[in-house]
Amino acid sequence: MSRHIKIAGAVAAAALLATACSQGSATRGTTAEAGGKVTLRYFTFSAAPDHVKDLDTIEKAFEKENPNVDVVVETAPFDQYFTKLQTSIAGGTAPDTFELNYENFVTYASAGSLLDLGTVAGDGDTSVYAQESLNAFKQDGKQYGLPASFSTVVLFYNKDLFDKAGVPVPTADWTWEDEQAAAEKLTDRKKGVYGDFQPVQFFEFYKTLKQTGGEFLSADGKKSAFNSPQGVKAANWLVSKVGKTMPTEAEIGGTADYDTNLFKSGKLAMWHNGIWQFAGLKDVPFEWDVVVEPGDSAKASAVFHNAVAASSTTKHGKEAWAWARFLSASNTAATTRIQSSWELPPISDQQILSGYLKDPKPANRQAVFDSLKSIALPPVIKRQQEMQDAVTKELSEAAAGRKSVEDALKAAATEVDALLG
Amino acid sequence: MSVREALPDAPPRAPVTHARPKRRGGWRYAGTVALFLLPSLVPLVLYTLIPMVGSFWTSLHEWDLITEMRWVGLGNYVELIGDPDTRAAFLHTLYFIAGYLPLVYLGGLGLAVLLNRAMPARGLLRGVYFLPVITSWVVVALMWKWLLNPASGIVNWALGLVGVSGPGWWTDPDWAMPSIILASAWKDLGFVMIILLAGLQAIPREYQEAAMVDGATAWRRFRHITLPLLSPSTFFVVVISLINGFQVFDQVQIMTGGGPGGATQVVVSQIYDLTFRYGRAGAASALSWLLFALVLLVTIVQIRGQRRWVTYG
Repeated sequence: MSRHIKIAGAVAAAALLATACSQGSATRGTTAEAGGKVTLRYFTFSAAPDHVKDLDTIEKAFEKENPNVDVVVETAPFDQYFTKLQTSIAGGTAPDTFELNYENFVTYASAGSLLDLGTVAGDGDTSVYAQESLNAFKQDGKQYGLPASFSTVVLFYNKDLFDKAGVPVPTADWTWEDEQAAAEKLTDRKKGVYGDFQPVQFFEFYKTLKQTGGEFLSADGKKSAFNSPQGVKAANWLVSKVGKTMPTEAEIGGTADYDTNLFKSGKLAMWHNGIWQFAGLKDVPFEWDVVVEPGDSAKASAVFHNAVAASSTTKHGKEAWAWARFLSASNTAATTRIQSSWELPPISDQQILSGYLKDPKPANRQAVFDSLKSIALPPVIKRQQEMQDAVTKELSEAAAGRKSVEDALKAAATEVDALLG
Repeated sequence: MSVREALPDAPPRAPVTHARPKRRGGWRYAGTVALFLLPSLVPLVLYTLIPMVGSFWTSLHEWDLITEMRWVGLGNYVELIGDPDTRAAFLHTLYFIAGYLPLVYLGGLGLAVLLNRAMPARGLLRGVYFLPVITSWVVVALMWKWLLNPASGIVNWALGLVGVSGPGWWTDPDWAMPSIILASAWKDLGFVMIILLAGLQAIPREYQEAAMVDGATAWRRFRHITLPLLSPSTFFVVVISLINGFQVFDQVQIMTGGGPGGATQVVVSQIYDLTFRYGRAGAASALSWLLFALVLLVTIVQIRGQRRWVTYG
């Protein structure tokens, strides 16, 4: 199919659907090169809002080393990011370089939207990267993305609330039962204090499933496997918190960043969230720390991996490579990420990584590295978003008490099987 | 009309009493017509007709927006017709219309009748009621979301004052659609009011006066004079509101995003999700055409049916 038809189709889809979404920054036209300077666009979801300044530091350092390149950063919130990226690629205005997460990498790489970085790398050396990170963004032996950062999910806790209630603080040996017992003691609904917060959705489910020894997909990846006793146990674990140790949907009332604000205001004892929250919690007026998430029969921590990729249509492949490499593995980038607690650089140099532990808050930073010892990677299929939505939807039905956990899992399994079929 | 007049359809022997079409006709006339049509023709072709053809072409393919399109013929249509999600989306849309249409029409009619009378600050009130119509849906939907917030909204707070425990509104699947209907009717009330107000003012005063002389009560005058003579405006309002109802999207997207648990997933939300969430532009285009077919059918039925009840003064 020719490009014209594609574009006509995109225009058609956009216009007939009358979604009239402003395409925003992601679809700005490719800028002309002024004065022999190459303008390189970079589209990201992980920088805004907490780390725009840090990205700026990295960008300035890169431009100093590469005076002929002008990097233009465009950001979008995560929940709109892929819509914008997709439409800009369809409309032929893809950014030269952009961020991709592990779950979406396969889709874009298989679609031929990404530049094989091997063709522009020259003698660029990739030994600085942690090799498993590098391999996560390879397909058919081709390097379509450079790992830029990774992060894990840990259990945050408000030490003051624990001390006040006389409950011992969480340790790495905790299991679900310990967490639940503590959460019940710490919940004081009259004061608006909740013991626990763990969203009921796909990402928490595949992880807790692994924590209780279950599998999400069959070994050959062709069928769902989560409608099992372990699946029921994992789903029950998530659902049982809602309305007891955790607020309900109606109480949350769709408020943005509800859980973040609840924790920051000192009214949440335990919070399952990612290490990207560290920077935002610097100035809260109470003591807090983190531990590796409690498991059931096993430990399993969610790891999120982000990469920098270049568009297959970019005219500046060499510059794109240079920027991707600088952003992911340069000393400036690695130290900036570590100093600002902006996720972790996927590099093999332990010297630099150990700098992460020097920051005094939270005290138990070692938990971040410990959590990497047993990780749960999200299941990835071709129709990823549909799978995530289907599982989240059924789980929230169960959480609201409109369906039994068993029925919800059965329905979710049927939907996921249909998506795989 | 003017085109028809331009055609030489007069009987051959009829005397020439006015400028013959021939003199105006031919290419020059067509050119003039085209020139006048141009301002609306260009956008129509560019932004409606060409995209429609494009979307029909897309609907025959599987396309994720980033890879090559793959021909599937009528595959998307077959799949959609058997798909429970599609059926649910159409049912939710019909549910919306069933609530929205009567509410917005009766509310608009009430306002129009009220504001057609002599009263202080009438112009101001007309303006105030029309204000939501010209307000962006994003603003209105966010406002209603706040008003109807089950935890901190003013509506549930007020209900609490009189001892009623308010529902979960848009977080409760049973109340989510009523919440959206309420917000939609509130926003469009002013539009219906303005159209009906114009209709009311076009009814000659003599009819009312004559009926009054004959001793007709206010209700009978309304029922037998006002309503029938208002029927062309009613017809217009119903056609437009129905089409708007079928295309409901903005308020759903902002207030509930199709949730909770898919309870407010309407056809256009489904089209949006298929394209931009699930990368299935082909299926989304096919669904657009199914929606178009339904709207066309309903509109044809309405236009056919109008002879039965619409009175043109």
